[in-house]
Amino acid sequence: MKILKLDNSDLKTLLTRWNETRDLFSPVEGNGKVGWQRIEPLAFNEPAEGVPRASIKVFFFPQPETLLEYSTRSGDRDAYVPRPAMGKGRERIILGVRPCDARSVMLNSLPFANDPYFKVRKDTTLIVGFTCERPCSTCFCSWTGGSPMGTEGMDIAMTKIEGGYLAAVLSEKGKELLGHLHDTKEASPEERKQLEALRKQAQKGTGPAGSPAEILRKKALMDLYNATFWQKLADSCINCGACTFLCPTCYCFDIQDETVKGKGRRIRYWDSCMFPLFTQHASGHNPRGQKIQRVRNRFMHKLKYFPERFGPLSCVGCGRCIRECPVNIDIREVMRDLLSIQ
Amino acid sequence: METLFSQTTEAIRREAKDLLESGKVAAFLGFVKGSLPTVTRPFVARTPEETDKLVWNGLCVMNLANYLPGLLKSLEPPRRPGEPPPEGPLPRVGVIATGCWSRNMVIQIQENQMDRERLVILGVDSHGMIDRRKLEVLAGGREIQSLEETDERVIISGRDFKMETARQEVLRDNCLTCVHPSPVILDKKIGPTVPERRVHEPFARIEEIERMDAGSRWAWFQEEIATCIRCYACRNACPLCYCPTCFVDDSHPQWVGKSIDKTDTATFHILRAYHCAGRCTDCGACESACPMGIKMRLFTRKLQKDCLELFASEPGLDLNSPLPLTTYQPEDPDTFIIAGSKKQGTQGGSEK
Repeated sequence: MKILKLDNSDLKTLLTRWNETRDLFSPVEGNGKVGWQRIEPLAFNEPAEGVPRASIKVFFFPQPETLLEYSTRSGDRDAYVPRPAMGKGRERIILGVRPCDARSVMLNSLPFANDPYFKVRKDTTLIVGFTCERPCSTCFCSWTGGSPMGTEGMDIAMTKIEGGYLAAVLSEKGKELLGHLHDTKEASPEERKQLEALRKQAQKGTGPAGSPAEILRKKALMDLYNATFWQKLADSCINCGACTFLCPTCYCFDIQDETVKGKGRRIRYWDSCMFPLFTQHASGHNPRGQKIQRVRNRFMHKLKYFPERFGPLSCVGCGRCIRECPVNIDIREVMRDLLSIQ
Repeated sequence: METLFSQTTEAIRREAKDLLESGKVAAFLGFVKGSLPTVTRPFVARTPEETDKLVWNGLCVMNLANYLPGLLKSLEPPRRPGEPPPEGPLPRVGVIATGCWSRNMVIQIQENQMDRERLVILGVDSHGMIDRRKLEVLAGGREIQSLEETDERVIISGRDFKMETARQEVLRDNCLTCVHPSPVILDKKIGPTVPERRVHEPFARIEEIERMDAGSRWAWFQEEIATCIRCYACRNACPLCYCPTCFVDDSHPQWVGKSIDKTDTATFHILRAYHCAGRCTDCGACESACPMGIKMRLFTRKLQKDCLELFASEPGLDLNSPLPLTTYQPEDPDTFIIAGSKKQGTQGGSEK
């Protein structure tokens, strides 16, 4: 992995150049509400500690995604004939992405590997990550297989040091982005060592011992499913979708046709396993008709079903659900409870 | 340090334990300390031991009435649809109620969502609850890692800061304009009585919005809901929203689009507010629950003002006064409903 040393003016030059052919996005704070916005290159500020309120999934699972378009005007020759609506659009660079959010893109790629819409979004998006100097108290990326210094899912990973940044080049696209700086700004052996030391330091996590994903994969599914603590969670939960909609690795969707004035579109939009209609059958039967079943499913999916199918947990430890849950349901407690089941 | 909150906490634990031990209730609904400094967790104690965890403080922002119909139902013995309930009294629930929560309980009883006989209400006068968004603003984006609360002050601290402020400065907007801090139905009073409050210009913010021209008001509304993610935390935190299937979830027929679209999001917020007209007690749970910091309480507040002005009605104050929009008297003015009511013999009756 090539490591470069960039100073602030290098970064400014790069941003200005990137902006010529691509759209730049970064977390922007305004009115107390932190979200992602398109920015002008010189407006970029290093992100404040922690993650923006909205997760990076807004770029990969647009709300909504138009899948098909069609006309419902009977006079039209192609009435009711659907046309794919997959616009490639301009390439975009997302700046200031934290390691947890970047890793979520990699995790979401596992179930969405063959999804053409996701693939287009992924192919046209470059991620310039910023590693975390100071994790928040709700951060627990190291429990889930990530790290505050993690680089998974990024094209370039920036780490702030005295007088600038160390930039790890992680993909061919990342290399292209850096242009001639790639060959002229290589970091010194001391600077490489400094980065190595920071990475080692970040490994010292505070979470449960061992790999939760591995331990939970080995536990018997029904033991976890029948645990008694689910009732307590359901007692507190109000079954809103705040956790799932803020979560970078909640990707469940529903599909609907919307027709307005003869123009139709088939959209894919966010759904939440917290909502009763999520599993409602056409017959009226609902296999997850009770709140407790829905609460359990959210955690079992992230912490058991997904790891069984794909390996890692479907959680990156960003802590958004913990911070914003109106009734303080804390996934770290759920993980501990599940891990303690013998 | 001994505070009103710590005294009330002790009293709630004692009473709740008694209720569970004596078998008077099957469950007690209260709050426990959260895993973060600025939130509490609504909690159902089912054993006397569990009541040791109950707490009472300025962070108890979720309206407990919201949980009651579901909790009561879950305690009934299972039975088939149509099968009558078993003989004898059904299991009861103990619950804490402040002014607004107790008014929501009244409304739920009036709307046949639950039975007064099945509740044991511990009434607590509210000293106003804290708005964690205001704390976040105070901390200037820095992470709050601990919070201490006395009767009059709030102290927050983080990695490299410590700040103290008057409670009044960080109370929720709805608590600042609240005039009914005392529960209206209760079985036992806990803690001291807070005098009825007089609030200077309780609808000041609403009047400010009313004074805007239509264009600016629409712009304000759009801006306010711009960040809505349609997670429905506001709806689900609300004790008035108990429909088994909400109009936004219905897909057959479909009343409103499901994704993020300006019109659909606006439709949701307007309809949600209107469904609460004449029923909202301004408990502020919607705003406290919103993960995006949207001030949707202002929408219901406007309707509250209208109800007060048009019907001289404040909902939920009395079990025996009907809710303004669910009652009808023949002499009610109806000229605004009946199309062409100036003509004689139009459909729906004529003016007498």
